[in-house]
Amino acid sequence: MIRVSCRLERPQFTLDATFESNARITGLIGASGSGKSTLIQMIAGLLRPTSGRIQIGPDVVLDTAARINRPSHRRGTGLVFQDAQLFPHLTVRQNLTYGARFARVPNAAITFDAVTTVLGIGHLADRAPSTLSGGERQRVAIGRALLASPKILLMDEPLASLDLNRKLEILPFIERLRDEFAIPILYVSHSAEEIARLATTVVRIDQGRVTAIGPPDDVLSTLPSSDPAGRFDALSTLTATVSHYDAAFGVTTLTHPSGTLIVTGRFEPVGAPVRVSIRATNVSLATARPAGISIRTTLTGQIKSIDESGPFARVTLALKGGDPLVAYVTRLAINDLGLARGTPVHALIKSVAIDERGVSPHLKT
Amino acid sequence: MWTITPEEWVAINLSLRVAAIATLCTLPLAIATAHLLARGRFPGRTLLDGLVHLPLVVPPVVTGYVLLILFGRRGPIGAFLEQTFGIVLAFRWTGAALACAVMGFPLMVRAIRLAIESIDARLEHAASTLGASPLWVFATITLPLAIPGIVAGAVLCFAKALGEFGATITFVSNIPGETQTIPAAIYAYTQTPGGDLGAFRLSLISIAISLAALVASEALLHWSRRTKDGAP
Repeated sequence: MIRVSCRLERPQFTLDATFESNARITGLIGASGSGKSTLIQMIAGLLRPTSGRIQIGPDVVLDTAARINRPSHRRGTGLVFQDAQLFPHLTVRQNLTYGARFARVPNAAITFDAVTTVLGIGHLADRAPSTLSGGERQRVAIGRALLASPKILLMDEPLASLDLNRKLEILPFIERLRDEFAIPILYVSHSAEEIARLATTVVRIDQGRVTAIGPPDDVLSTLPSSDPAGRFDALSTLTATVSHYDAAFGVTTLTHPSGTLIVTGRFEPVGAPVRVSIRATNVSLATARPAGISIRTTLTGQIKSIDESGPFARVTLALKGGDPLVAYVTRLAINDLGLARGTPVHALIKSVAIDERGVSPHLKT
Repeated sequence: MWTITPEEWVAINLSLRVAAIATLCTLPLAIATAHLLARGRFPGRTLLDGLVHLPLVVPPVVTGYVLLILFGRRGPIGAFLEQTFGIVLAFRWTGAALACAVMGFPLMVRAIRLAIESIDARLEHAASTLGASPLWVFATITLPLAIPGIVAGAVLCFAKALGEFGATITFVSNIPGETQTIPAAIYAYTQTPGGDLGAFRLSLISIAISLAALVASEALLHWSRRTKDGAP
């Protein structure tokens, strides 16, 4: 459990954020400059807020009213930076064990062998950090933070400096981490796909303020801010079932009550539930099932609501089976097609626009 | 002309001793000051910075004179040291070491400070969130990573101490066997008729020692870099 209520006043910027989460992975999402990293630093004790209170589990680590301000080395917050920040003068093993000697209450489940196995870094132990790849470095950084037996793991854009392939390499490790060790994670990212895949509670922060908090489906499908560029970050997540993999074309068919989804890549096992994240700007609407079109995924549903703003219209569908799906289209299209609340529509989704990062095994809750 | 006289040996010996003592005694204080200036945020930081750099810009004679006023037998600090600990600095080789230390201090602080500033503070933050106390962070992260700067600073200070003349001669005079270091001996030679050869000899030796110090520091740096990269 983490409970944060902090205020920081700076000449150009005021941060005033309050949130609380019990989730195993809490996603903190927001544009760059929104105050995500500042918040992380305050939780880790590297930055002192003007006023506020921070509680991690049962421990109040900061309470300016009660004059409590535990220094960072006694907060038990494992921090993973965007660029690993491994100690260059120590070996991988020395990096990993650096924090273990300080752990007051070592977590019995977190042993050197368990962590290196889960993260797949055992064979790197005697190497120097400078000889590792970016992905390996980041895994070592995660292991180093874990082995200090933290009460919470703070991950500040841990994948932001990696290319897509390295990201895809690390995401499953973070999922294994979540399932193997009972340590809550606060995961900061500006990527809606990463957050949708990992988090069970999402906190959206915009210009230093918490603007939304809740399950990923609710938070990520809303417009992050009044900024029109925010539409590129709006996301819906559907839970579908793996049907079969077509090896000849390299695509997997997923079934959903509202239709079948074709996604690139192989997902297993057959019959398993998976979560698929779909960006609202990648969804087109049609009143009749179109023919002669490259789009392979057509889902059916009804329009639940239309929010118009400027040239844009945010259309929320109720898909067959009940899942919501958000589509961003132009107001012109709404007008030309005569769309309104209750209209039955087909939602068309380009398969190649679905990010593999957005497809994940369904969370055990 | 290539035989070194016993008096010259004494001067060489004394110079090395003075420079070594000055460097070793300055080192801990310089590291602490450099760390404070590089990482500390406190009122009066600029003032401290200026104070540290003062011996670099003030004429050495002035520094020597200030030392004489403060550390002379009748000076406030000098009198206290003599009465309490029986330590006398004025006109002694220990005083020469003090003058060299004061003159070398800004150079050493500067080199170490630059080295500490070049260390990504997030490495220290990472160590801190892993549970390391500030002292432990300093000992296990900051200090090892600043080694190149510390070595460079120490060599600079040592070289400066070997060459220090103005402050030393003002504070402790030019007493053969007690405070006559190589530069002072060279000066004495130039003031004596027929002393040119001796001055030339000592100058060559001075250059040789400085060169040796530079080579030794390079070797030390090379070694520290190798251990840093984890090579066996």
